[in-house]
Amino acid sequence: MKKLAYYPGCSLSGTGRAYDESLRAVFAALGEPLEELDDWNCCGATSYMSIDKGKAYALASRNLALAEREDADLLTPCNACYLVLEKTRRHLAESAEMGGRVRHALDAVGLGYAGVVRARHPLEVLTQDIGVERLKEAVKEPLKGLKIAPYYGCQIVRPYATFDDQYHPQTMDQLLKATGAKVVEYPFKTRCCGASQTGTLPEVGLHLVYRLLNEAKARGADVLAVICSLCHFNLDVYQSKVRREYDLEPIPILYFSQILGLALGVPAKKLGIDRCVVSATPVLERRAAHAA
Amino acid sequence: MLEQADSTVQAPQADLTSQTSAEDFEPRIVALFCNWCTYMAADLAGTSRMRYAPNVRVVRVMCSGRIDPQFVMHAFARGADGVLIGGCHPGDCHYQEGNYKALRRFRLLRRVIESLGIERERLRLEWISASEADRLRKVADEMAADIRALGPLQLSIPAEEFRNAEGAGAEIPSPEIAGETAAKEVAVP
Amino acid sequence: MLRENGFGSGPTSGGKTNGAPVNGDPPIRIGVYVCHCGTNIARTVDVERVTEKAGELPGVTIARDYKYMCSDPGQELIKEDIEELGLNRIVVASCSPNLHEGTFRGATAAGGLNPFFFQMVNIREHASWVHEDRESATDKAIDLVRAAVRRVHHHKALETRRVPIKPEVLVVGGGIAGISAALTLADGGKHVYLIEREASIGGHMAQFDKTFPTLDCAACILTPKMTQVRNHPNITLMTMTEVVKVDGFVGSYEVTVKHRPRFIDVSLCVGCQQCIDACVYKRGKFEDEFDAGLSMRKPIYLPNAQAVPQVVLIDPEQCIQFSSGKCKQTCVEACDRDAIFFDQEERIETLDVGAIIMATGFQTFDARRSPHYGYGIYPNVYTALEVERLVNASGPTGGEIVLRDGEKPTAVGIVHCVGSRNQKSNPWCSKVCCMYSLKLAHLIKEKTDAEVYNFYIDMRTPGKGFEEFYQRVASEGTHLIRGKVASVYQQADGDGELLVDVEDTLAGMVRRIPVDMLVLAVGLEPRYDAEEVRRTFNITCSGDGWFMERHPKLAPVDTFTDGVYLAGCCQGPKDIPETVAQAGAAAGQALALIGRGYMELEPNTAQVIAEDCSGCKTCIPLCPYQAILHDDAENRAEINEVLCKGCGVCVAACPSGSIVQNLFEDTEIYEEIEGVLAYA
Ligand SMILES: Cc1cc2nc3c(=O)[nH]c(=O)nc-3n(C[C@H](O)[C@H](O)[C@H](O)COP(=O)(O)OP(=O)(O)OC[C@H]3O[C@@H](n4cnc5c(N)ncnc54)[C@H](O)[C@@H]3O)c2cc1C
Ligand code: FES
Repeated sequence: MKKLAYYPGCSLSGTGRAYDESLRAVFAALGEPLEELDDWNCCGATSYMSIDKGKAYALASRNLALAEREDADLLTPCNACYLVLEKTRRHLAESAEMGGRVRHALDAVGLGYAGVVRARHPLEVLTQDIGVERLKEAVKEPLKGLKIAPYYGCQIVRPYATFDDQYHPQTMDQLLKATGAKVVEYPFKTRCCGASQTGTLPEVGLHLVYRLLNEAKARGADVLAVICSLCHFNLDVYQSKVRREYDLEPIPILYFSQILGLALGVPAKKLGIDRCVVSATPVLERRAAHAA
Repeated sequence: MLEQADSTVQAPQADLTSQTSAEDFEPRIVALFCNWCTYMAADLAGTSRMRYAPNVRVVRVMCSGRIDPQFVMHAFARGADGVLIGGCHPGDCHYQEGNYKALRRFRLLRRVIESLGIERERLRLEWISASEADRLRKVADEMAADIRALGPLQLSIPAEEFRNAEGAGAEIPSPEIAGETAAKEVAVP
Repeated sequence: MLRENGFGSGPTSGGKTNGAPVNGDPPIRIGVYVCHCGTNIARTVDVERVTEKAGELPGVTIARDYKYMCSDPGQELIKEDIEELGLNRIVVASCSPNLHEGTFRGATAAGGLNPFFFQMVNIREHASWVHEDRESATDKAIDLVRAAVRRVHHHKALETRRVPIKPEVLVVGGGIAGISAALTLADGGKHVYLIEREASIGGHMAQFDKTFPTLDCAACILTPKMTQVRNHPNITLMTMTEVVKVDGFVGSYEVTVKHRPRFIDVSLCVGCQQCIDACVYKRGKFEDEFDAGLSMRKPIYLPNAQAVPQVVLIDPEQCIQFSSGKCKQTCVEACDRDAIFFDQEERIETLDVGAIIMATGFQTFDARRSPHYGYGIYPNVYTALEVERLVNASGPTGGEIVLRDGEKPTAVGIVHCVGSRNQKSNPWCSKVCCMYSLKLAHLIKEKTDAEVYNFYIDMRTPGKGFEEFYQRVASEGTHLIRGKVASVYQQADGDGELLVDVEDTLAGMVRRIPVDMLVLAVGLEPRYDAEEVRRTFNITCSGDGWFMERHPKLAPVDTFTDGVYLAGCCQGPKDIPETVAQAGAAAGQALALIGRGYMELEPNTAQVIAEDCSGCKTCIPLCPYQAILHDDAENRAEINEVLCKGCGVCVAACPSGSIVQNLFEDTEIYEEIEGVLAYA
């Protein structure tokens, strides 16, 4: 396995802490504990790009340059970080002009990025490097009876689908199936969760959230699995607001890593399960009781 | 004809380069195109109303395999800043393999011109099929820009010797033609 | 290198060029004609200045500009000037020689000169149409004219060559295009070899039930033609056959074909199908290609009910006899004609023909390449070709439109432009999909009474009776929704119902429409092997991969290779009427060629100047046509003019400069190079 430098990004130290905790726990349980990239900085997120491209690319590429110094790929769990870093890598390779500007900027701090290392998403690393088989073998507590709707969000497959199918992604499905859980057919896998619109145009954003949750319910899912902290925030935190507007039973939102962690026998506490606003505990307990 | 080799006629490019200032230098590119692919591509560029650098002058031959290396040397000797050879893609030559012969000659020619102090960018071989008008446009523009950046062709050896290298001085202009050329050159603004 | 007469001899100074004496000939008198081409040239090129400059060039007697040189008065001008001014060389600066070289050579000849005392300058395609700046376009035009004037001094009187044309024609592909072309040629008394790769002719059309816009039954109009092909004394039909090599040239092509084994003797089999009944497979087990995989067939099968020839075949990949060698061979027992031969082998044959018609057709876009429509994921998403089979009375359901579970659909969506008009897949419009989508809408409505929704980007129905057909389908109550389908997914309750998210641009909203069947109107694209095929036949493809015609307007069925013509969808998407018309045109061209009996070739052959040749043999292996022989007695090379195609590769290679090429003599090319460089 190529060396990995863990790049949690800002949101995993804030609202997405459960993602951070569970991901570290999962990799540790699989015998590949994560090492965080030293001195990483904000990726600039998608908003900076639309304000000042040059600076945004320079900012993002500093992380790639730091990783390249260690000859490690960047393990990037946040969808937005992943997209920004991937976009930066591609753009620098394609545009000589931008490449020159960024080289100049990195040069000033004694860094350089030649495009050798790249951002990699945990889904990619877990399916390709570690492999579904190894995960299956490591499962201690199969999640028999749990029905999960896998939700990928948009940024992981759009505009680039680097490691999974753009319209019908499968990597998370495979991982979740390895836990013994049932993955329901969920056609809204890659639809927008509303993203920042829940803040600016709540009627639009909340409706999008409603559609995702309602569809998951209609498909019989007990929980919805996500891979992005912003998706998680929208679907979890805004759920009560959605339920004020629409007729909807609550549905817990879990990071896919939390679910893997449970199957690997990591205690719920260490996976940040209780950090969710919509509590997953009743669902999980009911399943456990059922299975026993 | 050999006795004409020592004629006192000046090499025309010497005059021209001396009177062209670097800024408004417009390269002259002789394009030797095969009839079946690249000439067609140039026609298609026309019917598609594509715009490209006006520096290229097309001379048509039936096949790139017809291109005698001396055509290229001669063009340089007579003031071309660049020569572009265009033929069909490998495997597509109308006469089966003429373009492979062209490629062979081109490789050798590049070495020869470099040894004569002519930058390699000044000679280019491109496979451009009848449908690749856009490619033709791109190549013409690129080549014009590259050569503009290089500046006018400056022969590092005297034109006289260059002409000897070109082919034992056989193609030395007769006084009449050189006279005509020289007369026209005066008119260059 | 000694070049006895380089360009060194001044244009007006006489001297001789490569063997042909100019000395003593009358002085050179050139007429230069600069065409405005309406404003096509004159807008960007200052034709008056070009004319003025041309007039100053040595040897030029008269220089004129004229609005349309290719018009009758334009040509007349040349003729009169030759007669009145005693011109002996003509230069016309206008469009590409590919368009009007013939015209002006004709005018030159009409004036009493040898037509090869003419040179054309391309100042339209190569100057006025590709440049904006008037100054530099004009300079370029002047340079090109100067080059031609200097060149034409050295032109010589030449005769065109004639090659005889063999009267047989090869037609490649047995779709409606190939069938029509073959029948026209055969009716015209020519012998045709019709080559089809599959086991039956008919192509795509054989799969359809009805054809737009008249809704006449495809089988009723196609099957008689197919039988006619089978029975025509002038047609040799070869199915399961492909061309592997083409040698020779216009008039005498030598075509190598490969016959794949059918394991059935075509001359013995009568198509009784008892072997199929007797096959050890009790039921069909393999996807039937003709039914687009919607039915199952056995390893021994008839390609389809209307197949021509009506002969079964065995698929060796599926037949047990081939995999184990231990089949009971019940089929052999059942065949009272003893027509089955498991040991048949691939066979190679050569055919001699004078002309070739390409009619290899198209393939449909693979709907899996647009995964958001769910083809291959949701069972109730179909391609149009599959639905063509469903609606077909001889199809897998006997013409019943039913879903995979046997139920009749109650709501059907038809998505137009799948794979077409899309930068991610094929940028072109496939031309027939709007019409066939309307056709399918009509047929589905007629047979099922379902609600039908057509999702289209633009409704493109140009053609005789097409718009009327569209109106008719619209008035039948089909929902025509203008907008792109964003996504398709299956309903949660699991009975296979689909939800189509679509933008309705006319209603100004996004709609979600439930359907239980979705039909994808897959576009037309070049066949997967088009590149390989075009190489075999030495023709060109345009950028999008379709075979390229010689001229989009004036030579739409010719190719750049003489004697090879195009018919049908191999040249681009088209419907059946257009395909048949084009097939007729291609057959017409072939007939004209054969009818003439010979082909006029450019006299651009090469010759050896015997006195100069040292017999070094450098040229001999270079010639792709084995046209150069070594005369051992005289120790020199000799070129067979009949075999020479005029590429000039030997001329460029001859170390002693003792090979010359007519129309492209070294001198002429040097003059051109000098001409463009002698900036005025
Ligand atoms: C779903 C659908 C519905 C349509 N409906 C209509 C309609 O209603 N009305 C209408 O006018 N048009 C319709 N069309 C268009 C119509 O199909 C075409 O116009 C027509 O089939 C073109 O005929 P063709 O002979 O050029 O090509 P094809 O039908 O593709 O035939 C080509 C033949 O050449 C053979 N071949 C290919 N390569 C080789 C090779 N290398 N060597 C030997 N043989 C080869 C193939 O096997 C095939 O038999 C429809 C098209 C589609 C996709
Ligand atoms: S014909 Fe184009 S390279 Fe030979």
